[in-house]
Amino acid sequence: MFAESREAGRGVLLPFLTAGLPDPVASVELFKTMADAGADGFEIGIPYADPLMDGPVIMAAGHRAIAQGITLPDALGVAAAVRETTQTPVLAMTYVNPVLRSGVREFFAQAAERGINGVIIPDLPIDEAAPFSAAAAEEGVGMVAFAAPTTTDERLDAVLETEPAFVYAIAEVGVTGERDAASENIHALAARIRARSDVPVVFGVGISTPEQAAAASRHGDGVIVGTAVVRRVMESSTTVQAADALRMFVSELRSAIDG
Amino acid sequence: MTYSRPDEAGRFGQFGGAFAPETLMPALEELEAAFEDAWGDPEFHAELNDLRTRYVGRPTPTYHAKRLSDQLGLDLWLKREDLAHTGAHKINNTIGQGLLTKRMGKRRVIAETGAGQHGVATATACALLGLDCVVFMGEKDIERQALNVYRMKLLGAEVVSVSDGAGTLKDAVSAALRDWVATVEDTHYIIGSVVGPHPFPWIVREFQKVIGEELAADLDGAAGKPSPDVIVAPVGGGSNAMGVFYPFAGVEGVSLVGVEAAGFGIETGKHGASLGHGSPGVLHGSMTYMLQDEWGQVLEAHSISAGLDYPGVGPEHSYFKDAGLVDYVSVSDDEAVEAFHLLSETEGIIPALESSHGLAWIVREQAQLAGKTVVLNLSGRGDKDVQQIAGVDG
Ligand SMILES: Cc1ncc(COP(=O)(O)O)c(C=O)c1O
Repeated sequence: MFAESREAGRGVLLPFLTAGLPDPVASVELFKTMADAGADGFEIGIPYADPLMDGPVIMAAGHRAIAQGITLPDALGVAAAVRETTQTPVLAMTYVNPVLRSGVREFFAQAAERGINGVIIPDLPIDEAAPFSAAAAEEGVGMVAFAAPTTTDERLDAVLETEPAFVYAIAEVGVTGERDAASENIHALAARIRARSDVPVVFGVGISTPEQAAAASRHGDGVIVGTAVVRRVMESSTTVQAADALRMFVSELRSAIDG
Repeated sequence: MTYSRPDEAGRFGQFGGAFAPETLMPALEELEAAFEDAWGDPEFHAELNDLRTRYVGRPTPTYHAKRLSDQLGLDLWLKREDLAHTGAHKINNTIGQGLLTKRMGKRRVIAETGAGQHGVATATACALLGLDCVVFMGEKDIERQALNVYRMKLLGAEVVSVSDGAGTLKDAVSAALRDWVATVEDTHYIIGSVVGPHPFPWIVREFQKVIGEELAADLDGAAGKPSPDVIVAPVGGGSNAMGVFYPFAGVEGVSLVGVEAAGFGIETGKHGASLGHGSPGVLHGSMTYMLQDEWGQVLEAHSISAGLDYPGVGPEHSYFKDAGLVDYVSVSDDEAVEAFHLLSETEGIIPALESSHGLAWIVREQAQLAGKTVVLNLSGRGDKDVQQIAGVDG
């Protein structure tokens, strides 16, 4: 994905959406709608009730999915269906405990079997990642590593040494959520990573408008847009309404990024 | 104990570690370095000891509860943490971490609280040291510990109501951690128990172990004093228990008993017995025994006692459990309420509902404990619970 986008000089757009909303079948349709509107791939959230890196909107989406009975296997099923229907790369986002509960090796084997390209675990710092990375490598699934504005140079070197599929560069010091102003950290963080490595860099957290997405993607390989997508689904009362809102929003993001 | 600090990875055996977002990791490293530096600095100890003596009122007495001893047929002693300033052991930790906050040059403090004792103790330390203080507290706990909410406000703290989940301690810790992810550059999180990502469990234990050290010095078996056969403490996150257990762990002839909340009864699934009836997983940044479902979702705990109403526990307790160094047992809400009344009426001491759990186990096991010297860590006083008990008693 990144090789092609670099060649074309085009930022990668990865919307985030919690799996299973509004229900498992309609959930896949919403991802399909976003793919048709210009998304290059997806971060698909496995619902977790105590998400330490998420603000109120994504947390509420997880709670709604859990209340509807969406379990980890259901969420992986959605991811597999999205992969199949859209033919775009799919990243699964989960917190660390469900992975441990499944068994680390078993989780990555399941992910591989379902065609999931990579896994994002926001409460798994590099310091604890070794057994997870080993299982991911054996199963041929990519691991994503994080860099934050607070990350020290020493830690940044260590993050890059893990040779992640890409670096998830955290644009805001804070949990996921929409922000009015563009992040002031992106330029500096991008420069620090670029000075060290050619690894793909995707910005996420707090990127919620087409302008912010366009600005961030110029500093890296692309953007992840989460809360702004999830909120549109949470505010819609029907699947049709949600699909319309996402089609419009993702097209706007696409044109802004392609500028 | 044969070790002092956790290993390089912040582990006690397989438990502990730091499962936190990258945004927080540099602050955790900074905290570890600041604590190591302070803990090796005689000036820090001098300042801490001065505050312990003149402000907190340490050492707290070990009181021989003679009337209750006679009634139960054993020799019962109470380590009086209820007499520490603000009425619980929590102040031992907040004074220490407050001083650390100043050393790190941070001006704002956040904390979570369940029973409100840690919130009050944090607000107190912040008032003393001139720090801004915000306390996260579950909606349900705000209701059942109203007195402590008002105390925090009097002390100048802001109390933030948390309505996520069941509105109890787990949700308050999560809310505090989320705030910290956003404010970590100028804020220190004074976590209230031996929980959370490394280095918190280690730091909080070091600040709380004064309880056990004082007990060892006081009941030393010399000059007509007994020495403890059994030490009993309630376990929520595990800080008062760790504080009194740690200096005795592995010591021959002393058995250690941690008492968790059985809530409505273990069989109802509505309890807080993470060690007794949970399984290993990651909660609030550390690997430990916890209550979870088959897919790794955290379960809601239940206890009449807000301070024990938590689905996790400090990782060092998980290590103690697996190493067989401590027995972890549980008592129900009803048993704890009975013990609350018993101590009030027999000794003129109204205990916290948390501490009442420890006493309830002693009452239940009195036959087995006959003739032994039993020390209960009376972790706090029960003023905060009076309104709730009045409601229960009708
Ligand atoms: C008096 C008292 N005892 C015990 C506890 C439980 O906490 P820990 O297990 O960390 O001592 C609390 C917590 O609020 C408390 O207020």
